[in-house]
Amino acid sequence: MSKPREGNPQSVQAEIDALKHKPGALLPILHAIQDRLGFIPEAAIAQIADALGQTKAEVHGVISFYHHFRTTPPGRHVVQICRAEACQAVGARSLEAHAKASLGIDYHHTTADREITLEAVYCLGNCACGPSVRVDDRVLGRVTPERFDALTDALRTQILEVAG
Amino acid sequence: MSIRVGVRVFVPCDTTALSLGADDVAARLEREAQARGLSITLVRNGSRGAAWLEPLVEVETANGRMAYGPVSADDIPELLDAGMLEGREEHALALGATEAISYFARQQRLTFARIGVTDPLSIVDYLAHDGFRGLEAALARAPREIVEEVKASGLRGRGGAAFPTGIKWQTVLDTEATQKYIVCNADEGDSGTFADRLVMECDPYMLIEGMTIAGLAVGATQGYIYLRSEYPLALEILQTAIARAEAAGYLGDDIRHSGKCFHLEVRLGAGAYICGEETSLLESLEGKRGLVRAKPPLPAIEGLFGLPTVVNNVLSLAAVPYILAEGGQAYADYGMGRSRGTLALQLAGNVQRGGLVELAFGATLHELMEEFGGGTLTGRPLRAVQVGGPLGAYLPQSQWQLPLDYEAFSAAGAVLGHGGVVMFDDSVDMAEQARFSMEFCKVESCGKCTPCRIGSTRGVEVIDRIRADEDRDANLALLEDLCETMVDGSLCAMGGMTPFPVQSALTHFSADFRRPADGGRS
Ligand SMILES: Cc1cc2nc3c(=O)[nH]c(=O)nc-3n(C[C@H](O)[C@H](O)[C@H](O)COP(=O)(O)O)c2cc1C
Ligand code: SF4
Ligand code: FES
Repeated sequence: MSKPREGNPQSVQAEIDALKHKPGALLPILHAIQDRLGFIPEAAIAQIADALGQTKAEVHGVISFYHHFRTTPPGRHVVQICRAEACQAVGARSLEAHAKASLGIDYHHTTADREITLEAVYCLGNCACGPSVRVDDRVLGRVTPERFDALTDALRTQILEVAG
Repeated sequence: MSIRVGVRVFVPCDTTALSLGADDVAARLEREAQARGLSITLVRNGSRGAAWLEPLVEVETANGRMAYGPVSADDIPELLDAGMLEGREEHALALGATEAISYFARQQRLTFARIGVTDPLSIVDYLAHDGFRGLEAALARAPREIVEEVKASGLRGRGGAAFPTGIKWQTVLDTEATQKYIVCNADEGDSGTFADRLVMECDPYMLIEGMTIAGLAVGATQGYIYLRSEYPLALEILQTAIARAEAAGYLGDDIRHSGKCFHLEVRLGAGAYICGEETSLLESLEGKRGLVRAKPPLPAIEGLFGLPTVVNNVLSLAAVPYILAEGGQAYADYGMGRSRGTLALQLAGNVQRGGLVELAFGATLHELMEEFGGGTLTGRPLRAVQVGGPLGAYLPQSQWQLPLDYEAFSAAGAVLGHGGVVMFDDSVDMAEQARFSMEFCKVESCGKCTPCRIGSTRGVEVIDRIRADEDRDANLALLEDLCETMVDGSLCAMGGMTPFPVQSALTHFSADFRRPADGGRS
């Protein structure tokens, strides 16, 4: 299940205020905001820059350097497929191709129903049991195309159970 | 049937065991036991590192722990019927006494002696298995004596560069400053490596103890664990472990009433391979883009926030409690040549029996892949092995007799790196692998220098042309040239070593660059 995503300028400011005293606070702040909202909204960048005495361009530069941070909202679930060598050796390339075809999207895109965002990842530390996939904070091993479909189907039906 | 009341059953909880259904196994076991009126105590232990046996369920008996694996939730009723709780060996998944399984029995576990045996978050368990003995020894010594002990062990950094740890500590100790830092490099970005993760998830107090000893040795009172964001479970476990260690007086303002202090915090990376490079890591910790710094100055002299900093890999720090508890010489007694102690090898990729294997330096790669790994998972012939992560060379059969030793590997143009061994069967297309190496560098380059930033993009294009049979010979020559430029002109090993996998593929698997490109895959 994905985390609740609620955000307004006050809640972003609360995350910033809780962390800005730390040495090298920028990454912890960005993580806290993205954990709460799923992404880093444009408006937060000015708030962060202000709190840390940096320019917006500097904050932007940091966000864009790291693959983990995003500036647009993801789907309800983020699915990452490992593209690295150990997983390649046991079929990750065909799993990737299958996943893109089955979801009808490329990496960094979200399905039309806004359920699943697909991302690439380079190693999940599960290299003896590839191909590996991460769904939100859960890592899965030995993922075949069939298991992948079962998994994404399950993610998409969850909303029905939760609704109401 | 006579069942002992509350028989202890162990179901691992590391990422790999969980990725293969360990939580379902645990839940089913509890439900089934309850339905049958059997009393069990479920312990979520760490993993012993035999990924191929996960989930590996163990049952404690009068004769030691008995193992069953790999167990799925659906196997539980049958296993209970077959007397698993009494340690019986009738079921096909019964593996006998855990310690006698040859995969474990043949290892030399110094650093990983405790993993999978204990509950990772139990301090009582940790203490019962020699935990904090190294710290107690360190608290009784002067900083200089601690550094001498680490020097005597011959320990060299396990993160890749193999620099002597004791010398690095000495430099930080000798540098005057108002504040010094211990930074643990837990970025473990190499494909095929997971030993750092196992330490953090399965024996976190060992890392905490190692870092605290490092702090005492050099006079640092603050430590940071820079952890990659791809390891969410390790984050959770480390944070809990740090809080408990503090509450128990093993961390914080007055460690074991010694008047000495050491504080520890986990900081999360954000998905950048280059932030494993130590200076880029420090930039990232300071809240900046992870651009590589030119050296000198060394981080030992001007590191985090410009102050003296020890940057060590998880495994280097994790080796320290043993060294302090048993003495540097005991550690140095293992190994060959200038490679002392043990190496954490990680068997991954297309392998029958993948997992963690800790051995003294000196075994051959072939022994490791056959005797531990059992050959390929697919059963097809093994063709290429990449050792040392994405910047490591691909080794052909003629090099599989190499002993696992830093100098032997470097003499063969290869690297041991962080000990990752990734196996490929004969279906691998080495031109495709070479292309991937360039592509990875393109995606992960910090962008500071041209040969790496632009060269990797050009590298992908040139390999694409070779595979499409456009001016093949001219493009092959161009690729060689490009590789040389990257080796000679890059500031760090990202650009400087990306050519290793490419050149080794060209040298040892040249036929793959001379075949028609395969239409379907890309
Ligand atoms: C591109 C690149 C990536 C690296 N990644 C890691 C890493 O993930 N973990 C690590 O410990 N060291 C990594 N290193 C090595 C570090 O720069 C550094 O040598 C190491 O952290 C020092 O610790 P040690 O002496 O204990 O090995 C990397 C180096 C380079 C050039
Ligand atoms: S070689 Fe690449 S990663 Fe290293 S400093 Fe240069 S551009 Fe950055
Ligand atoms: S290479 Fe895929 S999990 Fe490590």
